[in-house]
Amino acid sequence: MGFKHKDIIGLQDLTREEIQLLLDTADNMKEINSRDIKKVPTLRGKTVVNVFYEASTRTRTSFEIAAKRLSADTINISASTSSVTKGETLSDTARNILAMKPDIIVMRHAASGAHHYLAQRVSCSVINAGDGAHEHPSQGLLDMLTMRQKFGTIEGLTVAIVGDITHSRVARSDIFGLTKMGAHVRLAGPPTMMPPGIERLGNVTVCRDMREAIEGVDVVMMLRIQLERQGKTLLPTLREYARYYGLNPQNLKLAKPGAMVMHPGPINRGVELSSYVADSDQSAILTQVENGVAVRMAMLYHVSGGELATE
Amino acid sequence: MADGTVILDTAGVKRALTRIAHEILERNKGVDGLVLVGIRTGGVHLAREIVARLEEIEGATVPVGEVDITLYRDDFKGHAPHLPVGKTDIPFSLETKRVVLVDDVLFTGRTIRAAMDAIMDHGRPACIQLAVLVDRGHRELPIRADFVGRNVPTSLKEKIAVLFDAANRPTDVVLEK
Repeated sequence: MGFKHKDIIGLQDLTREEIQLLLDTADNMKEINSRDIKKVPTLRGKTVVNVFYEASTRTRTSFEIAAKRLSADTINISASTSSVTKGETLSDTARNILAMKPDIIVMRHAASGAHHYLAQRVSCSVINAGDGAHEHPSQGLLDMLTMRQKFGTIEGLTVAIVGDITHSRVARSDIFGLTKMGAHVRLAGPPTMMPPGIERLGNVTVCRDMREAIEGVDVVMMLRIQLERQGKTLLPTLREYARYYGLNPQNLKLAKPGAMVMHPGPINRGVELSSYVADSDQSAILTQVENGVAVRMAMLYHVSGGELATE
Repeated sequence: MADGTVILDTAGVKRALTRIAHEILERNKGVDGLVLVGIRTGGVHLAREIVARLEEIEGATVPVGEVDITLYRDDFKGHAPHLPVGKTDIPFSLETKRVVLVDDVLFTGRTIRAAMDAIMDHGRPACIQLAVLVDRGHRELPIRADFVGRNVPTSLKEKIAVLFDAANRPTDVVLEK
Protein backbone atom coordinates (compact mmCIF):
# COMPACT_ATOMS: atom_id res chain seq x y z
CA MET A 1 0.00 0.00 0.00
CA GLY A 2 1.11 3.55 -0.64
CA PHE A 3 1.04 6.55 1.63
CA LYS A 4 -1.62 8.85 0.25
CA HIS A 5 -1.51 11.83 2.59
CA LYS A 6 -0.20 15.20 1.50
CA ASP A 7 0.44 16.17 5.13
CA ILE A 8 1.17 14.53 8.46
CA ILE A 9 -0.69 16.49 11.11
CA GLY A 10 -1.11 13.75 13.70
CA LEU A 11 -1.08 10.01 14.30
CA GLN A 12 -4.81 10.23 14.97
CA ASP A 13 -5.30 10.70 11.21
CA LEU A 14 -3.17 7.71 10.17
CA THR A 15 -4.24 4.10 9.88
CA ARG A 16 -2.40 1.23 11.51
CA GLU A 17 -1.08 0.25 8.06
CA GLU A 18 0.20 3.76 7.36
CA ILE A 19 2.00 3.87 10.72
CA GLN A 20 3.46 0.45 9.96
CA LEU A 21 4.68 1.71 6.57
CA LEU A 22 6.35 4.77 8.11
CA LEU A 23 8.05 2.60 10.75
CA ASP A 24 9.23 0.08 8.15
CA THR A 25 10.62 2.86 5.96
CA ALA A 26 12.39 4.44 8.93
CA ASP A 27 13.83 1.09 9.94
CA ASN A 28 15.28 0.59 6.47
CA MET A 29 16.55 4.18 6.29
CA LYS A 30 18.53 3.81 9.52
CA GLU A 31 21.31 2.18 7.53
CA ILE A 32 21.98 5.46 5.69
CA ASN A 33 22.81 7.17 8.98
CA SER A 34 25.59 4.70 9.75
CA ARG A 35 27.45 5.10 6.44
CA ASP A 36 30.49 7.26 5.75
CA ILE A 37 28.49 9.05 3.07
CA LYS A 38 25.22 9.72 4.89
CA LYS A 39 23.25 10.90 1.90
CA VAL A 40 20.90 9.58 -0.76
CA PRO A 41 19.70 11.61 -3.76
CA THR A 42 15.98 10.96 -3.23
CA LEU A 43 14.73 14.53 -2.54
CA ARG A 44 17.29 16.28 -4.72
CA GLY A 45 15.84 19.56 -5.94
CA LYS A 46 13.15 19.66 -3.24
CA THR A 47 13.01 22.46 -0.70
CA VAL A 48 12.06 21.88 2.93
CA VAL A 49 11.26 24.93 5.06
CA ASN A 50 11.46 24.47 8.83
CA VAL A 51 9.24 27.06 10.50
CA PHE A 52 9.61 26.96 14.27
CA TYR A 53 7.36 29.32 16.18
CA GLU A 54 8.52 27.69 19.42
CA ALA A 55 12.04 27.05 20.61
CA SER A 56 13.43 23.68 19.64
CA THR A 57 16.88 22.31 19.13
CA ARG A 58 16.42 18.58 18.97
CA THR A 59 13.37 18.36 16.68
CA ARG A 60 14.46 21.13 14.32
CA THR A 61 17.98 19.77 13.99
CA SER A 62 16.65 16.27 13.51
CA PHE A 63 14.28 17.39 10.72
CA GLU A 64 17.08 19.41 9.11
CA ILE A 65 19.50 16.48 9.18
CA ALA A 66 16.78 14.19 7.85
CA ALA A 67 16.05 16.51 4.93
CA LYS A 68 19.74 16.94 4.13
CA ARG A 69 20.36 13.21 4.21
CA LEU A 70 17.67 12.89 1.54
CA SER A 71 19.45 15.68 -0.45
CA ALA A 72 16.71 18.29 0.01
CA ASP A 73 17.58 21.96 0.43
CA THR A 74 16.57 23.25 3.85
CA ILE A 75 15.76 26.69 5.17
CA ASN A 76 15.12 27.44 8.83
CA ILE A 77 12.82 30.17 10.01
CA SER A 78 12.30 30.83 13.70
CA ALA A 79 9.63 33.11 15.07
CA SER A 80 12.16 35.28 16.87
CA THR A 81 13.93 36.14 13.61
CA SER A 82 10.89 36.38 11.37
CA SER A 83 8.17 38.89 10.67
CA VAL A 84 5.97 37.16 13.23
CA THR A 85 7.57 39.51 15.75
CA LYS A 86 6.29 42.36 13.59
CA GLY A 87 2.74 41.10 13.83
CA GLU A 88 2.44 39.00 10.67
CA THR A 89 -0.35 36.41 10.80
CA LEU A 90 0.18 32.70 10.21
CA SER A 91 -1.82 32.95 7.01
CA ASP A 92 0.36 35.78 5.67
CA THR A 93 3.54 33.97 6.70
CA ALA A 94 2.28 30.87 4.88
CA ARG A 95 1.47 32.81 1.73
CA ASN A 96 4.91 34.39 1.73
CA ILE A 97 6.71 31.10 2.31
CA LEU A 98 4.59 29.50 -0.39
CA ALA A 99 5.64 32.19 -2.86
CA MET A 100 9.16 30.80 -2.49
CA LYS A 101 7.89 27.44 -3.83
CA PRO A 102 8.82 25.04 -1.03
CA ASP A 103 7.85 21.38 -1.35
CA ILE A 104 7.45 20.64 2.34
CA ILE A 105 6.85 22.90 5.34
CA VAL A 106 7.83 21.47 8.72
CA MET A 107 6.23 23.59 11.41
CA ARG A 108 6.14 23.85 15.18
CA HIS A 109 3.49 26.12 16.58
CA ALA A 110 2.16 26.86 20.05
CA ALA A 111 -1.45 26.74 18.87
CA SER A 112 -3.14 23.35 18.59
CA GLY A 113 -4.63 23.06 15.13
CA ALA A 114 -2.28 25.57 13.48
CA HIS A 115 -1.02 22.87 11.12
CA HIS A 116 -4.48 21.86 10.05
CA TYR A 117 -5.19 25.53 9.27
CA LEU A 118 -1.95 25.84 7.31
CA ALA A 119 -2.32 22.55 5.41
CA GLN A 120 -5.70 23.64 4.08
CA ARG A 121 -4.19 26.84 2.70
CA VAL A 122 -1.01 25.64 1.02
CA SER A 123 -0.45 23.23 -1.85
CA CYS A 124 2.85 21.91 -0.51
CA SER A 125 3.07 19.25 2.18
CA VAL A 126 2.90 20.19 5.85
CA ILE A 127 4.49 18.15 8.62
CA ASN A 128 3.59 18.81 12.23
CA ALA A 129 6.68 19.16 14.41
CA GLY A 130 4.51 19.83 17.45
CA ASP A 131 1.35 21.92 17.82
CA GLY A 132 0.45 23.18 21.25
CA ALA A 133 -0.90 20.39 23.43
CA HIS A 134 -2.30 18.52 20.42
CA GLU A 135 0.18 16.18 18.68
CA HIS A 136 3.86 15.58 18.02
CA PRO A 137 3.64 12.79 15.42
CA SER A 138 7.35 12.43 14.68
CA GLN A 139 8.03 11.91 18.40
CA GLY A 140 5.23 9.34 18.58
CA LEU A 141 6.68 7.48 15.60
CA LEU A 142 10.24 7.50 16.90
CA ASP A 143 9.00 6.24 20.27
CA MET A 144 7.23 3.36 18.53
CA LEU A 145 10.25 2.60 16.36
CA THR A 146 12.44 2.43 19.48
CA MET A 147 10.00 0.05 21.16
CA ARG A 148 9.67 -2.11 18.05
CA GLN A 149 13.44 -2.43 17.77
CA LYS A 150 13.71 -3.75 21.32
CA PHE A 151 10.59 -5.90 21.51
CA GLY A 152 10.14 -6.85 17.85
CA THR A 153 6.52 -5.72 17.93
CA ILE A 154 4.33 -3.10 19.56
CA GLU A 155 1.28 -5.35 19.70
CA GLY A 156 0.70 -6.60 23.22
CA LEU A 157 3.13 -4.25 24.97
CA THR A 158 2.06 -2.42 28.10
CA VAL A 159 3.36 1.13 28.21
CA ALA A 160 3.11 3.50 31.18
CA ILE A 161 3.10 7.22 30.38
CA VAL A 162 3.79 9.31 33.47
CA GLY A 163 3.66 13.06 33.92
CA ASP A 164 1.75 16.04 32.62
CA ILE A 165 -0.68 14.26 30.32
CA THR A 166 -2.91 17.31 29.83
CA HIS A 167 -0.31 19.51 28.23
CA SER A 168 1.76 16.82 26.51
CA ARG A 169 1.50 16.55 22.74
CA VAL A 170 3.95 13.65 23.02
CA ALA A 171 1.54 11.76 25.28
CA ARG A 172 -1.30 12.34 22.84
CA SER A 173 0.65 11.11 19.80
CA ASP A 174 1.96 8.14 21.78
CA ILE A 175 -1.55 7.22 22.91
CA PHE A 176 -2.98 7.44 19.38
CA GLY A 177 -0.07 5.52 17.84
CA LEU A 178 0.45 2.87 20.49
CA THR A 179 -3.20 1.96 20.90
CA LYS A 180 -3.62 1.74 17.11
CA MET A 181 -0.66 -0.64 16.97
CA GLY A 182 -2.16 -2.88 19.66
CA ALA A 183 -0.37 -1.74 22.82
CA HIS A 184 -2.07 -1.07 26.14
CA VAL A 185 -1.36 2.32 27.66
CA ARG A 186 -1.49 3.22 31.35
CA LEU A 187 -1.43 6.84 32.40
CA ALA A 188 -0.38 8.41 35.67
CA GLY A 189 0.17 11.97 36.74
CA PRO A 190 -0.95 14.57 39.25
CA PRO A 191 -4.74 15.08 39.10
CA THR A 192 -4.12 18.65 37.96
CA MET A 193 -2.30 17.22 34.92
CA MET A 194 -4.73 14.46 33.95
CA PRO A 195 -7.44 15.47 31.46
CA PRO A 196 -10.87 14.10 32.38
CA GLY A 197 -12.23 11.46 30.01
CA ILE A 198 -8.87 10.60 28.43
CA GLU A 199 -9.60 6.89 28.90
CA ARG A 200 -12.20 7.27 26.15
CA LEU A 201 -9.32 7.42 23.62
CA GLY A 202 -9.22 3.62 23.55
CA ASN A 203 -7.05 1.00 25.18
CA VAL A 204 -5.99 3.40 27.94
CA THR A 205 -6.18 3.00 31.72
CA VAL A 206 -5.85 5.94 34.08
CA CYS A 207 -4.05 4.80 37.24
CA ARG A 208 -4.41 6.19 40.73
CA ASP A 209 -0.71 6.57 41.25
CA MET A 210 2.60 6.02 39.54
CA ARG A 211 3.36 2.72 41.28
CA GLU A 212 0.14 1.20 39.95
CA ALA A 213 0.95 2.52 36.46
CA ILE A 214 4.44 1.05 36.17
CA GLU A 215 3.76 -2.31 37.83
CA GLY A 216 4.79 -5.00 35.34
CA VAL A 217 5.03 -2.74 32.29
CA ASP A 218 7.38 -3.24 29.35
CA VAL A 219 8.03 0.47 28.83
CA VAL A 220 7.99 3.49 31.14
CA MET A 221 7.61 6.75 29.24
CA MET A 222 8.41 9.72 31.44
CA LEU A 223 7.18 13.12 30.30
CA ARG A 224 8.97 16.37 30.83
CA ILE A 225 7.52 18.80 33.33
CA GLN A 226 7.23 21.97 31.31
CA LEU A 227 8.55 24.35 33.92
CA GLU A 228 8.49 27.23 31.45
CA ARG A 229 4.77 26.82 30.93
CA GLN A 230 2.31 25.42 33.39
CA GLY A 231 4.54 23.54 35.83
CA LYS A 232 4.62 26.25 38.43
CA THR A 233 0.89 26.69 38.72
CA LEU A 234 -0.08 23.03 38.71
CA LEU A 235 2.46 21.71 41.20
CA PRO A 236 3.10 22.59 44.82
CA THR A 237 6.83 21.92 44.52
CA LEU A 238 9.17 20.09 42.18
CA ARG A 239 10.45 18.11 45.14
CA GLU A 240 6.97 16.78 45.81
CA TYR A 241 6.53 15.96 42.12
CA ALA A 242 9.83 14.06 42.06
CA ARG A 243 8.77 12.13 45.15
CA TYR A 244 5.41 11.00 43.80
CA TYR A 245 5.93 10.97 40.03
CA GLY A 246 9.69 10.74 39.52
CA LEU A 247 11.26 7.53 38.23
CA ASN A 248 14.09 6.24 40.37
CA PRO A 249 15.86 2.88 40.76
CA GLN A 250 13.45 1.84 43.54
CA ASN A 251 10.14 2.29 41.76
CA LEU A 252 11.61 1.15 38.42
CA LYS A 253 11.89 -2.32 40.00
CA LEU A 254 8.08 -2.50 39.85
CA ALA A 255 8.25 -2.65 36.04
CA LYS A 256 9.24 -5.81 34.19
CA PRO A 257 12.92 -6.73 34.59
CA GLY A 258 14.86 -4.83 31.92
CA ALA A 259 11.86 -2.61 31.12
CA MET A 260 12.71 0.20 28.72
CA VAL A 261 12.81 3.76 30.07
CA MET A 262 11.98 6.53 27.60
CA HIS A 263 11.80 10.31 27.72
CA PRO A 264 11.18 12.76 24.87
CA GLY A 265 13.81 15.15 26.24
CA PRO A 266 15.13 17.44 27.40
CA ILE A 267 15.27 15.80 30.84
CA ASN A 268 14.79 17.67 34.08
CA ARG A 269 17.29 15.54 35.96
CA GLY A 270 16.16 14.79 39.49
CA VAL A 271 12.58 15.81 38.72
CA GLU A 272 10.87 13.30 36.40
CA LEU A 273 13.95 11.06 36.11
CA SER A 274 16.79 10.40 38.50
CA SER A 275 20.18 10.72 36.88
CA TYR A 276 20.91 7.11 37.75
CA VAL A 277 17.91 5.90 35.71
CA ALA A 278 18.50 8.37 32.88
CA ASP A 279 22.04 7.06 32.38
CA SER A 280 21.31 3.39 33.06
CA ASP A 281 21.33 0.54 30.56
CA GLN A 282 17.53 0.54 30.65
CA SER A 283 17.38 4.07 29.31
CA ALA A 284 16.62 4.33 25.58
CA ILE A 285 16.75 8.13 25.48
CA LEU A 286 19.68 8.44 23.10
CA THR A 287 18.32 5.65 20.90
CA GLN A 288 15.13 7.70 20.65
CA VAL A 289 17.13 10.68 19.40
CA GLU A 290 18.99 8.50 16.90
CA ASN A 291 15.77 6.99 15.62
CA GLY A 292 14.31 10.48 15.27
CA VAL A 293 16.39 11.20 12.18
CA ALA A 294 15.32 8.00 10.42
CA VAL A 295 11.65 8.54 11.30
CA ARG A 296 11.75 12.11 9.97
CA MET A 297 13.43 10.90 6.78
CA ALA A 298 10.57 8.45 6.36
CA MET A 299 7.98 11.19 6.93
CA LEU A 300 9.62 13.53 4.40
CA TYR A 301 9.89 10.70 1.88
CA HIS A 302 6.28 9.64 2.11
CA VAL A 303 4.62 13.07 2.24
CA SER A 304 6.48 14.03 -0.89
CA GLY A 305 4.62 11.18 -2.54
CA GLY A 306 1.25 12.04 -1.06
CA GLU A 307 -1.72 13.17 -3.07
CA LEU A 308 -2.12 16.86 -3.73
CA ALA A 309 -4.91 18.44 -1.79
CA THR A 310 -7.80 19.76 -3.77
CA GLU A 311 -7.93 23.44 -3.12
CA MET B 1 3.63 -20.37 -12.52
CA ALA B 2 2.55 -17.27 -14.43
CA ASP B 3 0.99 -17.62 -17.91
CA GLY B 4 3.53 -17.39 -20.69
CA THR B 5 6.39 -19.17 -22.42
CA VAL B 6 9.03 -20.77 -20.25
CA ILE B 7 12.34 -19.64 -21.73
CA LEU B 8 14.49 -21.16 -18.99
CA ASP B 9 13.29 -24.07 -16.85
CA THR B 10 14.74 -24.96 -13.45
CA ALA B 11 17.55 -27.02 -14.95
CA GLY B 12 18.29 -24.27 -17.46
CA VAL B 13 18.45 -21.63 -14.70
CA LYS B 14 20.82 -23.84 -12.69
CA ARG B 15 23.08 -24.35 -15.68
CA ALA B 16 23.10 -20.64 -16.44
CA LEU B 17 24.03 -19.73 -12.87
CA THR B 18 26.79 -22.36 -12.78
CA ARG B 19 28.20 -20.99 -16.04
CA ILE B 20 28.06 -17.42 -14.67
CA ALA B 21 29.93 -18.58 -11.53
CA HIS B 22 32.69 -20.11 -13.69
CA GLU B 23 32.90 -16.99 -15.85
CA ILE B 24 33.22 -14.79 -12.75
CA LEU B 25 36.08 -16.95 -11.49
CA GLU B 26 37.73 -16.94 -14.90
CA ARG B 27 37.49 -13.17 -15.27
CA ASN B 28 38.63 -12.41 -11.70
CA LYS B 29 41.18 -15.23 -11.46
CA GLY B 30 39.63 -16.66 -8.29
CA VAL B 31 37.74 -15.11 -5.39
CA ASP B 32 40.43 -12.91 -3.82
CA GLY B 33 38.92 -9.47 -3.17
CA LEU B 34 35.66 -10.57 -4.77
CA VAL B 35 32.26 -9.64 -3.30
CA LEU B 36 28.75 -10.06 -4.68
CA VAL B 37 25.96 -7.54 -4.21
CA GLY B 38 22.43 -8.50 -5.23
CA ILE B 39 19.80 -5.94 -6.18
CA ARG B 40 16.68 -6.46 -4.09
CA THR B 41 14.84 -8.68 -4.32
CA GLY B 42 15.41 -11.10 -7.20
CA GLY B 43 19.06 -10.18 -7.59
CA VAL B 44 19.73 -11.00 -3.93
CA HIS B 45 18.38 -14.54 -4.29
CA LEU B 46 20.45 -15.06 -7.45
CA ALA B 47 23.58 -13.62 -5.83
CA ARG B 48 23.25 -16.17 -3.02
CA GLU B 49 22.92 -18.97 -5.60
CA ILE B 50 26.04 -17.79 -7.45
CA VAL B 51 27.98 -17.41 -4.17
CA ALA B 52 27.08 -20.98 -3.21
CA ARG B 53 28.53 -22.17 -6.51
CA LEU B 54 31.65 -20.01 -6.18
CA GLU B 55 32.29 -21.40 -2.71
CA GLU B 56 31.70 -24.95 -3.91
CA ILE B 57 34.18 -24.54 -6.75
CA GLU B 58 36.86 -22.56 -4.89
CA GLY B 59 36.31 -23.74 -1.30
CA ALA B 60 36.54 -20.15 -0.06
CA THR B 61 34.01 -17.73 1.43
CA VAL B 62 32.67 -14.94 -0.77
CA PRO B 63 30.86 -12.05 1.00
CA VAL B 64 27.39 -11.27 -0.30
CA GLY B 65 25.41 -8.10 0.33
CA GLU B 66 22.13 -6.63 -0.82
CA VAL B 67 21.27 -3.22 -2.16
CA ASP B 68 17.87 -1.52 -2.37
CA ILE B 69 17.72 1.09 -5.11
CA THR B 70 14.41 2.75 -4.19
CA LEU B 71 16.06 5.91 -2.84
CA TYR B 72 18.27 6.20 -5.94
CA ARG B 73 15.57 5.94 -8.62
CA ASP B 74 15.54 8.62 -11.32
CA ASP B 75 11.75 8.57 -11.69
CA PHE B 76 11.03 10.24 -8.37
CA LYS B 77 8.35 12.65 -9.51
CA GLY B 78 6.76 13.50 -6.21
CA HIS B 79 3.04 13.45 -5.53
CA ALA B 80 2.57 9.82 -6.51
CA PRO B 81 2.75 7.24 -3.72
CA HIS B 82 6.36 6.17 -3.45
CA LEU B 83 7.58 2.61 -3.47
CA PRO B 84 8.29 1.01 -0.12
CA VAL B 85 11.91 1.43 0.87
CA GLY B 86 13.79 -1.84 1.32
CA LYS B 87 16.86 -2.57 3.36
CA THR B 88 20.36 -2.15 2.02
CA ASP B 89 22.69 -4.50 3.81
CA ILE B 90 26.33 -4.48 2.80
CA PRO B 91 28.05 -5.71 5.97
CA PHE B 92 31.60 -5.44 4.60
CA SER B 93 33.85 -2.74 3.19
CA LEU B 94 33.70 -2.20 -0.55
CA GLU B 95 37.02 -0.31 -0.68
CA THR B 96 39.28 -1.79 -3.38
CA LYS B 97 36.97 -4.80 -3.75
CA ARG B 98 35.94 -6.33 -7.06
CA VAL B 99 32.17 -6.05 -6.88
CA VAL B 100 29.88 -8.24 -8.94
CA LEU B 101 26.45 -6.65 -9.04
CA VAL B 102 23.70 -9.23 -9.59
CA ASP B 103 20.18 -8.70 -10.93
CA ASP B 104 17.57 -10.96 -12.39
CA VAL B 105 16.58 -9.03 -15.54
CA LEU B 106 18.54 -6.32 -17.37
CA PHE B 107 16.16 -3.97 -19.18
CA THR B 108 16.61 -0.18 -19.53
CA GLY B 109 19.73 -0.06 -17.37
CA ARG B 110 18.24 2.53 -14.99
CA THR B 111 18.09 0.09 -12.08
CA ILE B 112 21.77 -0.76 -12.60
CA ARG B 113 22.67 2.94 -12.75
CA ALA B 114 20.86 3.47 -9.43
CA ALA B 115 22.55 0.41 -7.89
CA MET B 116 25.99 1.63 -8.96
CA ASP B 117 25.28 5.03 -7.36
CA ALA B 118 24.22 3.26 -4.15
CA ILE B 119 27.36 1.12 -4.16
CA MET B 120 29.62 4.12 -4.73
CA ASP B 121 28.01 5.77 -1.67
CA HIS B 122 29.22 2.81 0.39
CA GLY B 123 32.82 2.98 -0.74
CA ARG B 124 35.13 2.98 -3.75
CA PRO B 125 35.46 -0.51 -5.18
CA ALA B 126 38.29 -1.44 -7.55
CA CYS B 127 35.70 -2.29 -10.19
CA ILE B 128 32.04 -3.15 -10.63
CA GLN B 129 30.98 -5.99 -12.90
CA LEU B 130 27.42 -6.92 -13.75
CA ALA B 131 25.84 -10.37 -13.79
CA VAL B 132 22.23 -10.87 -14.90
CA LEU B 133 20.17 -13.96 -15.47
CA VAL B 134 18.32 -12.45 -18.46
CA ASP B 135 19.18 -9.54 -20.74
CA ARG B 136 16.00 -8.47 -22.52
CA GLY B 137 17.40 -5.43 -24.35
CA HIS B 138 15.86 -1.93 -24.67
CA ARG B 139 18.70 -0.11 -22.96
CA GLU B 140 18.19 3.59 -22.19
CA LEU B 141 21.66 4.05 -20.70
CA PRO B 142 25.09 2.91 -21.90
CA ILE B 143 25.22 -0.15 -19.65
CA ARG B 144 25.99 -3.76 -20.59
CA ALA B 145 26.30 -6.92 -18.53
CA ASP B 146 29.61 -8.78 -18.09
CA PHE B 147 27.92 -12.11 -17.35
CA VAL B 148 24.56 -13.04 -18.92
CA GLY B 149 22.57 -16.20 -18.32
CA ARG B 150 20.41 -15.79 -21.40
CA ASN B 151 19.91 -13.05 -23.99
CA VAL B 152 16.21 -12.76 -24.82
CA PRO B 153 15.26 -10.16 -27.43
CA THR B 154 11.82 -8.88 -26.40
CA SER B 155 9.26 -6.34 -27.49
CA LEU B 156 8.36 -3.56 -25.08
CA LYS B 157 4.91 -5.11 -24.65
CA GLU B 158 6.39 -8.32 -23.30
CA LYS B 159 7.48 -8.98 -19.75
CA ILE B 160 10.11 -11.26 -18.31
CA ALA B 161 9.43 -12.86 -14.94
CA VAL B 162 12.00 -14.80 -12.96
CA LEU B 163 10.11 -17.11 -10.62
CA PHE B 164 11.34 -18.29 -7.22
CA ASP B 165 10.09 -21.05 -4.92
CA ALA B 166 9.24 -20.61 -1.23
CA ALA B 167 12.92 -21.00 -0.31
CA ASN B 168 13.80 -18.18 -2.75
CA ARG B 169 15.49 -20.57 -5.17
CA PRO B 170 14.97 -19.68 -8.83
CA THR B 171 12.65 -22.02 -10.70
CA ASP B 172 11.74 -20.70 -14.14
CA VAL B 173 12.13 -17.69 -16.38
CA VAL B 174 8.88 -16.89 -18.17
CA LEU B 175 8.16 -14.61 -21.11
CA GLU B 176 4.72 -13.04 -20.65
CA LYS B 177 2.97 -11.41 -23.61
